Amino acid sequence: MDFIFQNVLNALQWGSFYALIALGYTLVYGVLRLINFAHGDIFMVGAYISFFVAGFLLGPLAGLSPLVAFLVTVPLTMMLTACVGVTLERIAYRPLRRKGAHRLYVVITALMCGLILEYSNLAVLGASRLKFPELVEKQIWNIGGIALTNLKVMVIVTAVLVFLFLQWVVTRTRVGMAMRAISYDKFAIPLMGIPMDNIIVITFVLGSGFAGLAGLLFAMSYPVLEPFMGMLIGWKAFIAAVVGGIGDIKGAFVGGFLLGAIEVAVVTVFPSTYRDLFAFTILLLILWMKPTGLFGIPQSTKI
Amino acid sequence: MKHHSLNALLAIVAVLLLVAAHFGWIDNYIQIVVMTIGINIIMSTSLNLVNGNMGEFTCGHAGFMCVGAYVSSIISVLCFGSKFGDPMLPAGSVLFVFPFILLIGGAVAAVSSLLVSVPSFKTRDDYLAIISIAVNYMIISALENMNFIGGSRGFQGMKDTYWAMIDIFDGPWMLFWVINFTIFTVWVIRRFISSTYGKGVNAICQDEVAAEIMSVNTNKIKIINFMVAAGLAGCAGGLYAHIIGYVNPQSFNILKSTEAMVMVYLGGMGSLSGAIISAILFTTLMEILRSQAIIDGMLSPVTFIFPDWEPSAGVIKWVMIPLLLVIVMQFRPEGIMGNRELSDVFPKLKKFYRFK
Amino acid sequence: MMAQTQPQTNITPVLEVRGMTQQFGGLRAVSDFNVRLMPGELTGLIGPNGAGKTTVFNLVSGFYQPTVGEIFINGQPTAGLKPHKVTSLGVARTFQNIRLWNDMTVLDNIRVAQHYWLNYGFFSSVFRTKRYKQRETQISEEANELLEVFDLMQFADEFPKNLPYGTQRKLEIARALSTKPKLLLLDEPAAGLNSADAKDLIRLIRWIHETFDVTIWMIEHHMDVMMELCEQIKVIDFGETIAEGNPEDIRNHPAVITAYLGDDNI
Repeated sequence: MDFIFQNVLNALQWGSFYALIALGYTLVYGVLRLINFAHGDIFMVGAYISFFVAGFLLGPLAGLSPLVAFLVTVPLTMMLTACVGVTLERIAYRPLRRKGAHRLYVVITALMCGLILEYSNLAVLGASRLKFPELVEKQIWNIGGIALTNLKVMVIVTAVLVFLFLQWVVTRTRVGMAMRAISYDKFAIPLMGIPMDNIIVITFVLGSGFAGLAGLLFAMSYPVLEPFMGMLIGWKAFIAAVVGGIGDIKGAFVGGFLLGAIEVAVVTVFPSTYRDLFAFTILLLILWMKPTGLFGIPQSTKI
Repeated sequence: MKHHSLNALLAIVAVLLLVAAHFGWIDNYIQIVVMTIGINIIMSTSLNLVNGNMGEFTCGHAGFMCVGAYVSSIISVLCFGSKFGDPMLPAGSVLFVFPFILLIGGAVAAVSSLLVSVPSFKTRDDYLAIISIAVNYMIISALENMNFIGGSRGFQGMKDTYWAMIDIFDGPWMLFWVINFTIFTVWVIRRFISSTYGKGVNAICQDEVAAEIMSVNTNKIKIINFMVAAGLAGCAGGLYAHIIGYVNPQSFNILKSTEAMVMVYLGGMGSLSGAIISAILFTTLMEILRSQAIIDGMLSPVTFIFPDWEPSAGVIKWVMIPLLLVIVMQFRPEGIMGNRELSDVFPKLKKFYRFK
Repeated sequence: MMAQTQPQTNITPVLEVRGMTQQFGGLRAVSDFNVRLMPGELTGLIGPNGAGKTTVFNLVSGFYQPTVGEIFINGQPTAGLKPHKVTSLGVARTFQNIRLWNDMTVLDNIRVAQHYWLNYGFFSSVFRTKRYKQRETQISEEANELLEVFDLMQFADEFPKNLPYGTQRKLEIARALSTKPKLLLLDEPAAGLNSADAKDLIRLIRWIHETFDVTIWMIEHHMDVMMELCEQIKVIDFGETIAEGNPEDIRNHPAVITAYLGDDNI
C-alpha cells in the first residue's frame, strides 16, 4: 500500500513537471498554431537562470538567507525566462509571421532556436554539470508510513495552481478572450482593434514564465543541471500536450499527469530502460484511437 | 541527345571520383565527406517526398534510417561476418549480395513506416508530427532494449562485409555504393513524382478532399509515398552503417531527424533539386565548421576578450548552423528554391534536363 | 405538385437515392431524401441557405456515409465505399468553393483526375514500362482533347491560381468531366460570377449536357440560371423535400415561396 502511494506521489511529481511545460506549449499553440519547439530549452534556460539568480542571492554580494533567496528567485527567474521567450518571439518568429512564411518554416526556426540555446549554453558554460544550491531545506513528513517531501508537495501544488490560473486567464479575462479569438481567426482580429502582437507577447510571457518556474522547481528537485536537460523532457511534454489535445489548457494538464503516471507505472513493473518505449507506445495508441487527443475537437473538413 | 547530357555528366563525375579515390588522389577524409553528402542527399530527397511533395509534417525520418541501418547490418553480419557464427554466404558473392542487403534493410524500414502512414489517414499536421516523433523514439528505445544486438552499446561487425569486397578488388567500394544509391534514389523519386501516378501525391498536398473525390485513392498513395520515403531512408541507413562499421541507436535520434528536416526546408518544400542543393550545402558547411582552426579564427575577437574561453568546434558548429538557418529563413522564408526546380529558375537548363 | 411518374422501363437510373437521412449529432441535415435521376436528365436542387443541399451532394459523392438510407449509382450500391470508389462508379462533382490543385498546371489537374484508371503502379512508374507509356500518352491525349473542347488549351501550362475566377470554374468542371462520369454534380457553379459569366456558364452547361453523355444535377442560387437550364427542380428546406417539378411549377409553389421569402402570417 505504501509502495503504491509512494509511486502515485512520484507520478504526480513527474506529471507536474510535464504539465507545467505542456501548458506553455499548448498556450502558444492555441494562439499561434505554432509548435514552439524551443520551449523545452526555455525550460532548461529557466533552470540555469534560477541557478545563477539563486547563486547570486546566496553569495557574498547579496547574502540573503535561503528562504528569502527562494522567495526572490521565483519571480526573478520567471521574469528573466519570460524575457528569453519574448526575445525569441520578437527576433525569430514575428518577422517570419509578418512575411507570411509557411507555418512549418516558423516551426523549423523554433527548432533551430532550441538548438542554439542548447549549444550556446554548452559552449559558454562547458559540459560540466552544475550543482544547484539547496534553497529550501528538505523536509520529510511521514504521514501513515508515506514519506512526503515538502518539495514534492510544492511541485504538485504549483502545477495545480498554475493550471487553475491559466484556465482562469484563458476563459475569464479579456486577454484570454483575445487569445481565443486569435486562434479562431488571425486575419479578422487586427481589424477588430485587438492588438495582436501584444496578445502574442503576453502568451509568450505566460508560457515561458511558467517554463522558467518549472525549471526552477526541477532544479530544486533534481539539483543537477546540464544543457540538454530540456530536450527529452520538452519533447515528452509536447507529446503530453498533444495527447491531451493541443491548444486546450485542460488537455495539457491531464496529458502531463497521464504521461507521468504511465512512466512511473512502467518503471515499477519493467526495467527502467523500457520507460520511454512503453510511454511512447501508449501515447501512440491513444493518438491512434483519438487522433485529435483526449480533449481536442475533431477537425471537420467542410466542403 | 541533349536530354542525356546531365546523365553523362553525372556518370563522368562519378567515374572521376571513383578513379581519384582509387589512386589516392583524394584522401580518405574527402571520400568520407563525399559519402556523407550522398547519404544526406538520400535523406533529404526522401523526406522531401513526404514533407514537401505530400505536405505532411513528419519529424522522425531518422527512425526509418535506424531500422534500415540495423536490419542491413544484421543481415550483413549474418552473411559475411563471424559475429553470429560462420558466415552464411561465401565471401566471393558479396558484390552481388550487398545491394540486396541494403534493399532488404530499406524494405523493412518501408514496412515500419506503416506506423506513421496508417495514422496519417485520419490525422494531419501537428498530430502527425507528434506521431512521427513518438515512432522515432520508440524505434530507438526498442533497439536500446535489444541486448542480443548490443542494445545501447551499439552493434558492429559490418566491416567484415567491406573487407570481403576489398578482398575481391581493392577499391573505394563504399564510395561506389553510395554514388550508385544516391543516383538510384534521385532517379526513383524523380520518375515517381513526374508520373501522373505520383502527381496524386501533390494533389493530396494541395487539396486532400478534392484528391479523394477526383478518384485518387488517398490512403493507398499515402502508404506508398511513406513507404518509398522510409525505404530510401532505410537504404541510406544501411550505407551509413557500412561506412562507419558501427551503429548505435542514439546516432539516429531526433537530432538526425532534425538534420534531414533542415535540409528539406532549407532547400524549399517540394523541390527535388532544392533538396539536393541544400544537402550538399548543409553537409559542406558542417564539414567546414568542424575544423577547429576555422572556428578559432572566426571567434578570435571573442577569445581575445575572454582568453579563458576555449570554444570547441563540435559545439560551436551547432550554434552557427542553426543561427545561419534562422538568418536564411528570415531572408528567404520559402527556402532556397521555394517549390520550384532548378530548371524553372534557369529555363535554359530545360533543354538538358527536367527535374519534374 | 408531384413529379411525373417515371416511365417504367428497364433503363437503370443513373442515381437512385432511397430514404437517405443524415444526422450530425442532434441536427438532422437531410431527412428521408429520395431521388431518381434517369440518363440524360438535367435536374436542379435548390433551397435556402443551410437547407442541406451540399450535404446531399456530399452524401451522393461518398464524402459522408448516410445515417439511414441507400444510394445507388448506375444500379450499384455505394454503402461503405470511399469517395474515390464512388467516383469510379461514375460520379464527379465540383465544389462550392473552387477546389483546384493550385500548384499543379492546368493540364496536370485534368490528368490527375484520371488517377483511378491509371492501371499502373509505383514500379511501372519508376521503370517506365510499356503500359506506363501507353497509359500516359493516352491520358495526355484525352486531357489535351478536353482542354481543347473547353477552350482552355492556352492555359495548359498555367497554374490555376493565376486564372480568372470564371475560368477556374470552367476548369473545375473540365476536371470533373475528366473522370468520365455518368453523373455530374455541380455545386453552385455560378457562385461569384457576374451576369455575363453566368450567361456563358449556362451555355457551357447546356453544351456539356448535349455533347457529353452525362446526367447533370446542380445546386444553384441564381434562379434565372436554374429556370433556363433545368427540366426538373427539387426544393429542400431543413433537410426535407418540400417541392419538386418543372421550373414554372416551382416558381409558383406556395411552400417554396414561404421557404424563400418567409411566412406572411408571422
